[in-house]
Amino acid sequence: MNDLSHDQRVAGLKGLGSSRKRVEDARFTQGKGNYVDDIKMPDMLFGDFVRSQYAHARIRSVDTSKAVALPGVIAVLQAADLAPLGLHWMPTLAGDKQMVLADGKVLFQGQEIAFVIAEDRYICADAIELIEVEYEELPVVVDPFKALQPGAPVLREDLAGQTKGAHGERIHHNHIFRWEVGDKEGTEAVVAGADVVAEEMVYYHRTHPCPLETCGCVASMDKINGKLTLWGTFQAPHVVRTVASLLSGIPESSIRVVSPDIGGGFGNKVGVYPGYVCAIVASIVTGRPVKWIEDRMDNLMATAFARDYWMQGKIAATAEGKITGLWCHVTADHGAFDACADPTKFPAGFFSICTGSYDIPVAYVGVDGVYTNKAPGGVAYRCSFRVTEAAYFIERMIEVLAIKLGMDSAELRRINFIRKEQFPYQSALGWEYDSGDYHTAWDKALNAVGYDALRAEQAQRVADFKAGKTRSLMGIGLSFFTEIVGAGPVKNCDILGMGMFDSCEIRIHPTGSALARLGTISQGQGHATTFAQILATETGIPADQITIEEGDTDTAPYGLGTYGSRSTPVAGAATAMAGRKIRAKAQMIAAYLLEVHDNDLEWDVDRFVVKGVPERFKTMKEIAYAAYNQAIPGLEPGLEAVSYYDPPNMTYPFGAYICVMDIDADTGVADIRSFYALDDCGTRINPMIIEGQVHGGATEAFAIAMGQEIAYDEMGNCMTGTLMDFFLPTAWETPHYTTDFTETPSPHHPIGAKGVGESPNVGGVPAFSNAVHDAFRPFGLTQSHMPHDHWRIWRIANQLGLHG
Amino acid sequence: MIPNTFEYHRPKTIPDALAVLTQHGDEARVIAGGHSLIPVMKQRLTDIAHLVDLQDIADLRGISVGDTIRIGAMTTQHALITHAGLSAAVPLLAEAALQIADPQVRYLGTIGGNVANGDPGNDMPGLMMCLDAAFVLSGPTGTRTIAARDFYFGAYSTERAEDEILVAIEMPRPSGGYAYEKQKRKIGDYATAAAAVQMTAVAGRVATASVAMTNLSDVPVWSAAAGAALVGTDCGPVAVNAAVAAMLEDINPGADNRGPVEFKRHVAGVVLGRAIARAFSRL
Ligand SMILES: Cc1cc2nc3c(=O)[nH]c(=O)nc-3n(C[C@H](O)[C@H](O)[C@H](O)COP(=O)(O)OP(=O)(O)OC[C@H]3O[C@@H](n4cnc5c(N)ncnc54)[C@H](O)[C@@H]3O)c2cc1C
Repeated sequence: MNDLSHDQRVAGLKGLGSSRKRVEDARFTQGKGNYVDDIKMPDMLFGDFVRSQYAHARIRSVDTSKAVALPGVIAVLQAADLAPLGLHWMPTLAGDKQMVLADGKVLFQGQEIAFVIAEDRYICADAIELIEVEYEELPVVVDPFKALQPGAPVLREDLAGQTKGAHGERIHHNHIFRWEVGDKEGTEAVVAGADVVAEEMVYYHRTHPCPLETCGCVASMDKINGKLTLWGTFQAPHVVRTVASLLSGIPESSIRVVSPDIGGGFGNKVGVYPGYVCAIVASIVTGRPVKWIEDRMDNLMATAFARDYWMQGKIAATAEGKITGLWCHVTADHGAFDACADPTKFPAGFFSICTGSYDIPVAYVGVDGVYTNKAPGGVAYRCSFRVTEAAYFIERMIEVLAIKLGMDSAELRRINFIRKEQFPYQSALGWEYDSGDYHTAWDKALNAVGYDALRAEQAQRVADFKAGKTRSLMGIGLSFFTEIVGAGPVKNCDILGMGMFDSCEIRIHPTGSALARLGTISQGQGHATTFAQILATETGIPADQITIEEGDTDTAPYGLGTYGSRSTPVAGAATAMAGRKIRAKAQMIAAYLLEVHDNDLEWDVDRFVVKGVPERFKTMKEIAYAAYNQAIPGLEPGLEAVSYYDPPNMTYPFGAYICVMDIDADTGVADIRSFYALDDCGTRINPMIIEGQVHGGATEAFAIAMGQEIAYDEMGNCMTGTLMDFFLPTAWETPHYTTDFTETPSPHHPIGAKGVGESPNVGGVPAFSNAVHDAFRPFGLTQSHMPHDHWRIWRIANQLGLHG
Repeated sequence: MIPNTFEYHRPKTIPDALAVLTQHGDEARVIAGGHSLIPVMKQRLTDIAHLVDLQDIADLRGISVGDTIRIGAMTTQHALITHAGLSAAVPLLAEAALQIADPQVRYLGTIGGNVANGDPGNDMPGLMMCLDAAFVLSGPTGTRTIAARDFYFGAYSTERAEDEILVAIEMPRPSGGYAYEKQKRKIGDYATAAAAVQMTAVAGRVATASVAMTNLSDVPVWSAAAGAALVGTDCGPVAVNAAVAAMLEDINPGADNRGPVEFKRHVAGVVLGRAIARAFSRL
């Protein structure tokens, strides 16, 4: 190693900036992953639910006699069985409570009524068929506006008379909370006196994260040692352990929660579901391990949805297009229980990032949360909390304003961007943006796609269309987004009271390889690859010799898990800090070995070198060995470190996305011609993984914008419970992406990294949607709601009179 | 997502299969590729006590191409695409089969299952009507042949008796131009609207035309009037409009997640117009 050049030594580490191949893929691509449904234990039972056929009904009776008589059925749990334990309801992450099993009534189709425990999943399925539920149907409300009308049916009888909820006053029996930020009067005054005001209702429809692997768990209560082990699809295993302890009364030290390999989460696996509770109870009662695994329909119909935000906006500007104020009111459909996964003090997540990338002097946001007869959830589907709703809102409002002003929306964005020298920038709604250079990114993007030429081509296309020479239209979808990720500072962000710090614990072995454990959990992000790269650069140990472990609460340090692009901003920072602690001790050891003062040494890739004497050095490998094989005065043996990192601020990744689309006006079929994604996620740890994250996130954005939805009919029947109707794009539909970047490090993060996994969803949805809108702008379209599937695009054309 | 318990039979001959069907009556069902049947079994929408797998019956396989084309019922959709003689003789078959589901489904799904199923979403039935195919059915009392155009009378209800097995599909060797045009939301989706067209021409004028559409009614729709509207014309806009108008008289789509009725009727017209144009261009 000593014969290698400096550059060769750097390359050998595969540290920051290396497109190191994902170490996870060797097992995933060979079918050797170990997912929760792969876990098999002796004597294991299987549990599954009887689910409600109706969206709103009183449960008259549940006859389980035939099921219980079926050989192989162990028991059937109902709310009454859980009530003595206080477990027929459970707290949600949003300060509400949720039925574990139907307690007298059901509030959405697919709601859990009874939990059947049987020797295997086949007997379970047969037993479920044998259970007879007698319902008394109640009037259904699936529209949040109707839910707030005076005579609307009462959904949550358990809240009768409660005029206060977890987030303040409730103004109606189906109202959950009102959350307000910003200067209402000031904003309304600006709107009232503005040269130009654009006003629009922007709906971001209900959709679903739909991870390839559905949710599930195996609970195993060992009655001999009193220890409960819970394997499951948990994006936050430590939080699950804490909640399980609080609910069950079992000491946290006797609960082990393990997240094995997870087949995608996207927010769907943050919450606590009735299946987990029932499996735990069933294992405690039977003394046998109990597995619960959702099927696809269960997952789509009952497990946390995303979005469903009705956003009424007003954007004010001068006649020249300088934005002077932004007003927004959201009617947020939360379904039957408020089970959003947001930091406690943020019932609408970080929706107040909705001033976007623009320097808007005054703004106001009000959000009313509403109960309806739909499944609970409201999770952050590949975005930080409600950030994709916010980005979609502002990027639509910019387009609507551009129409009102008769301006090109690229230019409108440019004149309103926060300028480079304004960072750190204080937004009107209270956020401090850490760093950014929006103009540079925007110009790079517009140049890359040849924006002016595209506009010229589009103008020609419109002329040809009007002349009857073509039936195809062309849309150019612009989007510039600012994310807010890395929750977050413990002073204002917590989940169920747990501060949102994260952690890393490192052990350097005597022979110079290392083990690092973190409080996060990868679900496809490639943590085992990238966190090793951070450590490689910090400690000089090659990434290939660093094992990363996550997800086992018995071994990993406490952390708040992986969602909201928080792993790199928070746990990644903890990793760097822990690495620095290692290096600090290593420096003292090296100084002892080289018989010089600490200050006489300098760090060089993988070694400490005596300043000015390059031939005198100790490599990290030598230092590690010394840490274990000799007594060093004043130092404890060993080479380990732990860091708990409480970020001083969020990080604010940003990017510029441009989608070019051709639309068949007669069939509504849209063809994505190109999609350009420029991301600035600060320091780039692994460019290949960034690219992969952008491809994945943009594909989900494509799905959401162009067809993916959870739809209900008037009776509250879920119309999209299978992958035939719920749009999950295949390789065939997926567009080709061109990725690009600028690099503006975060000033407060130890390595300047900001997080990237969710940016493409946040920025992608408006890019696709704006392209559809843009295609019809010349014909008078201002706003049309997603998803832009064939018939809805066709409807736009039809309503604009384009079908002759 | 787990079917009821059932008894599994795997006969080697057609008579053996028929014997199981006769013995168990409506409790028995044959299974071919399983790609329509297994999904409904998993959702427990159908209760089948005896499943008769046709995989091992050699007499249900094979493709012969002459003046008449004969395709064994157990021929997979993949085979329809890759069989050289067949795709040369009836290129419309391969063009349509390529738009059914995805390769995984096509490796197992059979032409027999596709036409016997009776799902208005299936692509092959309309195609068979367009090509004027006939279905050879074998039952306890012998074999009979029924024209595809007489086979379907409602969703999942066909001329086939419960104790009959579809053995083969026969059709005259087509000639002229052809097209299968299908609009769908994604790979693996059934048609929003699909059209099959086969036509011949003499001196630039349409001599014969056969036109059928899929998933726009509770049965596949072969429109004699739409075909007739094209005959004798140069397939110009007037003729195409007349054919579309005739077809719109014969279809009766319902609303679903793909869209409302007005949309489907409009798209049906567009898809048919494009199929006619492509078929004509291939003459
Ligand atoms: C994801 C997906 C997408 C699909 N998309 C399409 C599509 O776009 N277009 C399309 O046309 N199809 C589509 N299909 C259906 C697919 O083509 C099926 O394979 C086909 O419909 C049935 O053929 P099978 O051999 O699988 O029949 P099976 O599923 O085995 O049987 C279907 C029915 O036909 C009966 N049957 C089968 N063979 C015989 C026989 N020889 N005699 C009498 N009765 C018989 C069975 O009893 C059963 O009732 C799709 C399927 C899937 C899973």
